[in-house]
Amino acid sequence: MQWKFPVLVALSILGVGLLLTGLVENRYVYFAAYVILQYVVLATAWNILGGYTGYVNFGTPAFFALGAYTATFLMLAFHAPFLVLLLAGGLVSGLLGLGIGYLTLRLKGVFFSIATLALTVVLQTLIINWEFVGGAKGTSILRPASMLFFSNYVKFLFMVMLCLAVGAVLVAWWLEHSWIGSGLAAIRDNEEAAECMAVPTLRLKILATTISGCLMGLAGAPFPLHITLIEPTSAFNLDYAVNSLAMPMIGGTTTWLGPLVGAVLLGVAQQAATVTISSELNLLIVGVVLVAFIMLAPEGIVGLVRRLVKGERI
Amino acid sequence: MADMLLEVQHVTKHFGGFNALTDVSLHVRQGERFGLIGPNGSGKTTLINCISGVLRPDDGRLLFQGTDITTLPAHQRTRLGIARSFQIPKPFTSMTVHENLCIPLAYTKPAHSRGTDVTTEATEILRLIGLEAKADIRSVHLSLIELRKLELARAMAARPQLLISDESMAGLSSAEVDEILAILTALNERGITIIMIEHIMRAVMRFSQRIVVLDAGRTIAEGTPNDIVRNPAVEKAYLGE
Amino acid sequence: MFSMELLLNAITAGMLLGGFYAAVSLGISVTFGLLDVPNIAHPVFIIAGAYAAYAMNTAFALDPILAGLLFTPLFYGLGVVVYRIYYVSFEKKGEQALRGLVFFFGLLFILEVALSLIYGVDYRLVEASYIGNSVSVGIVGISLRLFIPFMVGLLLTLALYLFLAKTFYGKAIQGVSQDSLALRLMGADPIHMKTIAFGLGIATASLAGALLIVIAPVEPAIGREYIGRAFAIAVLGGMGSIGGTLVAALILGVAESLTSTFSGPSWSLAVSFGLLLLALAVRPSGLFGR
Repeated sequence: MQWKFPVLVALSILGVGLLLTGLVENRYVYFAAYVILQYVVLATAWNILGGYTGYVNFGTPAFFALGAYTATFLMLAFHAPFLVLLLAGGLVSGLLGLGIGYLTLRLKGVFFSIATLALTVVLQTLIINWEFVGGAKGTSILRPASMLFFSNYVKFLFMVMLCLAVGAVLVAWWLEHSWIGSGLAAIRDNEEAAECMAVPTLRLKILATTISGCLMGLAGAPFPLHITLIEPTSAFNLDYAVNSLAMPMIGGTTTWLGPLVGAVLLGVAQQAATVTISSELNLLIVGVVLVAFIMLAPEGIVGLVRRLVKGERI
Repeated sequence: MADMLLEVQHVTKHFGGFNALTDVSLHVRQGERFGLIGPNGSGKTTLINCISGVLRPDDGRLLFQGTDITTLPAHQRTRLGIARSFQIPKPFTSMTVHENLCIPLAYTKPAHSRGTDVTTEATEILRLIGLEAKADIRSVHLSLIELRKLELARAMAARPQLLISDESMAGLSSAEVDEILAILTALNERGITIIMIEHIMRAVMRFSQRIVVLDAGRTIAEGTPNDIVRNPAVEKAYLGE
Repeated sequence: MFSMELLLNAITAGMLLGGFYAAVSLGISVTFGLLDVPNIAHPVFIIAGAYAAYAMNTAFALDPILAGLLFTPLFYGLGVVVYRIYYVSFEKKGEQALRGLVFFFGLLFILEVALSLIYGVDYRLVEASYIGNSVSVGIVGISLRLFIPFMVGLLLTLALYLFLAKTFYGKAIQGVSQDSLALRLMGADPIHMKTIAFGLGIATASLAGALLIVIAPVEPAIGREYIGRAFAIAVLGGMGSIGGTLVAALILGVAESLTSTFSGPSWSLAVSFGLLLLALAVRPSGLFGR
């Protein structure tokens, strides 16, 4: 009954979160927590394809922004309810993942990565020219004053992102321990051997890409309501590309814990730093730390701790 | 013919201007010990890659138990019963020896039963092949002979009817060669058809019931080990004019 | 509205642009096509080249293309250093491609941010006598700021082609991608060859960057537009074929120009992306072979 414990932990976390919304009134706390939890989802989602399967997605902003703009479109065109926005964002980004995967995953992994790299710019250009959602100038989104039993909308958004974060980590945990996860690991370790050992590599890779894209879209869907002015530069921000990659790589790519550790560490550090240093310098530091880790400590923090615990030399 | 396990019919494969295989035909019978030899670069591994599905031939057909597998993806061929080891070992590096075997054991089962426990079967195979002491060691830490044994163990874990051993003995000592030979013979005695690709002549000659010789992408001889040894074309291929 | 004049001008502009695109993509054809190094940072090296030319142009009123040429040895050295780091950290160990790829992404990103910290996000441009002038051939106008880069691009392609086809080092570099063993027997060290080749690839970025800033003003994030273009051209062109790269570059240039003229400039990036996907789709050998 391996799954009972994680589900119990998940529910307790949600319970604590709910409790907090009754106790804490400082909006900034919710804002910061939202951003960090958003990164937990993005980092975890990235890692399902990157860390578990070995395929690097440089286009996180594309999937994230697609979720955000799907939600924006549905709000403007149909005043769709929140749940619809969320599910639609996940669905559309999942389909994007499926599409890109289907087109490029038959080839060597580097081609998939190149396609994702080019994807962001193209999607951004298309959105900039889509007048209905505001084009380059963007659109303001009116936030309802409150939602359900929460006293303000910010608390509601926080809870949504907490649920998504917990859900994403649960999905990653489940995948990791399932036979699908071992197949993905085999693909990552040696794809040719995996294929010859009866692993349906193409199918599993496309599955991973779709799940990953879907989770990123889910993270993006509430974004317009969070930021209230949705425009391409912030939705397609390079931050998302770098962080969703750096957080798992620094935290550790082989397990669900790595992206979580990376997201919390880097997320908190960046929240603290935004008041003191420019956002560009912040990104530069993340980039340097990323390259340092990838050259010197490729297993990430989780890997380092594991080795420490086992008594091996670093 | 009813007992024909594998048929290779007029297979051709080129890479750009280089003809790796030209009109290669052969057949392997059920339960046979089949040897495939030839000088370096003669196309042996290319042929194996075509049979296992890593490569698609440009021309020709492949039949396994009467079924045309020419366009089947590799993982489906494995599920039908073709397994192979790799000349340069390709272990799943993040996994232990035991976990390496669980992959084919799980994936050769139908999708709905892949979650069932395969650990006992894995341990059994490790015992047969002599690696059970290393079961929980990560595959990156193995020696060469252990890696070669792992390759064979993993191929066995795919529940094959046809096992292709691609130069499993390269770089091994004489005693280690005998170890591998014993494993392959034992597998054959259990009913598994074996294709052995080797350069170590004494092993191939002792093991095979029938041998095909490749040179520069073409078959140049076929017969029992005795026939092959006496064949002048074979001698020329290996030693030159 | 369709008119012959519009069409011819679009095609001409496209071809001129294509010559420039060839200069952009040659570095990738060499480093990725021939050497199999996933150098996705190449576009930002080009931007760095553009800023180097800009710096020389504003400080010394040096002709940007000349500046680009002058900086090639420096960029060559940079390429050598980068390749060495890559080789020692990743290639030698036979690491999964993932880490090498992320390394170059990190590089791409660090360089872009560094450039924006140094120069800010405003557009920079250069001054030269030929920028702003154009020549008319019948109904077709040829603007010099496109024509000169086109010629330089052609010359660069020719030079690289001759180098690879006729010189010892060039042939050895081609040999690296095909048969490392034979190369070693010839007495050439494959790693040394790859280092030279990678250095050359980055050296082209210096010149390509100079051409870029002649054609249009530059800001740090512009490199991202060129990723799709450069790789689409390299893949379509046959991954390492210099002649193929030129042809593919011309095709892309014309396709983009036509799209831009008749559907609007915002769609031109979609064209290169579409071509990239198309190129990937028609690659004959798929996952396991070249």
